[in-house]
Amino acid sequence: MGIHVATTFYNQIAANRRNSFLLALGVVLLLGVLGMVIGYGVTGETAGGLAATGIAATVGTLAALGSYFAGDQLVLAVSRAKEVDEASAPQLFNVVRELTLAANLPMPRVYVIDDTAPNAFATGRDPRHASLAITTGLLQKLDREELQGVIGHELSHIRNYDIRFSLIVGVLVGSIALLADFFLRFTFWGGGGRRSRDDRDGGGGLQAVVFVVAIVLAILAPIAARLVQLAVSRQREYLADASSVELTRNPHGLEGALAKIAEDQEPLEAANRATQHLYIVNPIKKLEERSSGLMSTHPPILERINRLRALTGERPLGAAEAASLQGLD
Amino acid sequence: MGPELIIIVVLAAIVVVGILIYNGLIQRRLRIDEAFAQIDVQLKRRHDLIPNLVNAVKDYMGFEQDVLTKVTQARANAVAAGAQGPVAQAQAENQLTGALRSLFAVVENYPELKANQNVLSLQEQLTTTENQISFSRQHYNAVVLDYNQAIATFPSVLLAGMFGFRRRDFFAAEPEASQVPVVSLR
Repeated sequence: MGIHVATTFYNQIAANRRNSFLLALGVVLLLGVLGMVIGYGVTGETAGGLAATGIAATVGTLAALGSYFAGDQLVLAVSRAKEVDEASAPQLFNVVRELTLAANLPMPRVYVIDDTAPNAFATGRDPRHASLAITTGLLQKLDREELQGVIGHELSHIRNYDIRFSLIVGVLVGSIALLADFFLRFTFWGGGGRRSRDDRDGGGGLQAVVFVVAIVLAILAPIAARLVQLAVSRQREYLADASSVELTRNPHGLEGALAKIAEDQEPLEAANRATQHLYIVNPIKKLEERSSGLMSTHPPILERINRLRALTGERPLGAAEAASLQGLD
Repeated sequence: MGPELIIIVVLAAIVVVGILIYNGLIQRRLRIDEAFAQIDVQLKRRHDLIPNLVNAVKDYMGFEQDVLTKVTQARANAVAAGAQGPVAQAQAENQLTGALRSLFAVVENYPELKANQNVLSLQEQLTTTENQISFSRQHYNAVVLDYNQAIATFPSVLLAGMFGFRRRDFFAAEPEASQVPVVSLR
């Protein structure tokens, strides 16, 4: 987005929520269309498509449920995170507690990851079962105001049910991939083309056309769905930034934190492609130099900083000014 | 489906929607009461912390005893003002905030104090308490805004008048608050 009008976080929050909702709706429609097209193309009846969609969605949901209930513990274990309390990390604990008062949330479990790369993530299916993890690198780099901005961002992911939202979108995208995959296998390896049925629905020619459309769609839909999923992830990141300002009423804290994190090129050791979307800034930076824009789970840091600057009416930074912020992605 | 059935269904729908709106307004109003009570919790927490802080610093601050005395006195006033109603209480609490800020401004001048772990830990505790108080007030304002918006917008505005839901006031900073010296507590 090129134009940065001075705006309020209320407007940014509303826009981000609306965009992510529309994108998610798009994925639902895509799944529905794919199911109908495949069903009609194969059987000449629409009922088959509904059944196929239903099965794919069910399998996808079952697969996701495991992640939903156990996922956060798994991620924390993989990251070698250690839980802390008020006695072992007083300032961090205090900052989290202050913001839970502003957000009217219960206290999440707080973890520290021993790594010099500055990063943070939040996980958990709802505010009552939430965890928040920070690296020692981040704790050392940021002052209290900036730490507040980052914690505000992470708590907002919890508050906005982003983990759950991402999971639902993930189920839909997975279902599309499953359905498309199964159909393509069936077509080229299994049933060997469509079976001819009687012409109840005027099958014949129309069915053949729809069948071809189904094949094309089965190839393209998973890619499109994945792109939409990444777009949703970026919208939720913007939403978390704006929601953080709603809590702290101070965009400068988060802005400063993002700038400091951007200066640091070091990838986070424990993170990988599967967990990258959870972090405040993409943790696998070297890879992200190759994929940016549409293929990224996170918006560019420069853009995030400029949206925060728009909240206080400051002019956006240009690419030249931001040259000191290396690895802008 | 006769016309009577349609009318009954429509009326039932209106009643259900009305109930949902009414419940929503009640919930929002109760959130305001809860948020107000939470501010009190934070204020009391601060009252409890101050004697420890005063004890930790008083041996070091030879010449500045009057600052400590002011803090102790302001705390006592704030505790007493708790029984005198929200306006008196808010005033007393703001004066206590001012006294604490003066104390921290003075502490800056004593290097032994700044290096003392006890003092640093207590300073962090008071910083977080001040932040918790202001975030509690901020949250209070957020739920008041939510409630005021709900009773003013259509369609809940129709029920609001009927059932006596009145606009609530925001928590505003006292005029004295803008006169205290700006000392960063961070």
